[in-house]
Amino acid sequence: MTDNRRAFIKKSVALSGYSLIALASSEANAEWLAETTSTDILQQTLKRLFKDQEITESDQIDIQIPKTAENGASVPITVTSSLNNVEGISILIEKNPIPLVAKFEFSPDLLPFVSTRLKIAETSAVAIIVETNEGFYTASKKVMVTLGGCEL
Amino acid sequence: MSSIKIRTKRMDGNTQIRMLIAHPMEHGRNRDTKTNALIPAHFIQELTVEHNKNVIITGTTGANISKDPYFAFTLKGGNAGDIITISWVDNLGNKDIQEHIVN
Repeated sequence: MTDNRRAFIKKSVALSGYSLIALASSEANAEWLAETTSTDILQQTLKRLFKDQEITESDQIDIQIPKTAENGASVPITVTSSLNNVEGISILIEKNPIPLVAKFEFSPDLLPFVSTRLKIAETSAVAIIVETNEGFYTASKKVMVTLGGCEL
Repeated sequence: MSSIKIRTKRMDGNTQIRMLIAHPMEHGRNRDTKTNALIPAHFIQELTVEHNKNVIITGTTGANISKDPYFAFTLKGGNAGDIITISWVDNLGNKDIQEHIVN
């Protein structure tokens, strides 16, 4: 009887240990998959748009976007920049099925300013790429979405 | 009636151009609630803004822009009486154009 009990306890401990390992690894796997696939799409879009040109981080791009969006179907965004000779502004959303939102080409008669409303599918980073005559600059901001914009 | 509404405002020597376009901006992954069939993609692909017949903005837009899109830009300088022309083309080949005089 006691032997049985001991064996049972041993087995159950061993089993729960295994299941924990299995659970942890499957979670890690899912995370890894999501990470690689989403960045792949973003990287591909970037490659197609900017053809391997160097994009540097910049703090001279100001993004005004709510930190949490209750409704992802319409998220207001305003982008301004203090960079000189801005020729274009692109908006990308990392986790959307198609990351590119819009790409605007500006003539020198315009101030580096754009304001619009976005659909954001899930909590994701919103990246801005500003093209100047000297190169490409980027900045990004994270937006929490409580209700996705793609089902709406 | 045109689908484009344009408003301009002179601010600190610059001109703010705001536009509101009536368009469904469907991205093709939504389903009809009654028939459960996919609603085909229908979104604005090109947006062009002209100032006195000179193109100042060309935009490539995707379906990630909200329904009935809103855009705002700022033009350096600009005078009363300038003509702003805004036009769009969508993925089904529909287009619309609207002129506005800065007041």
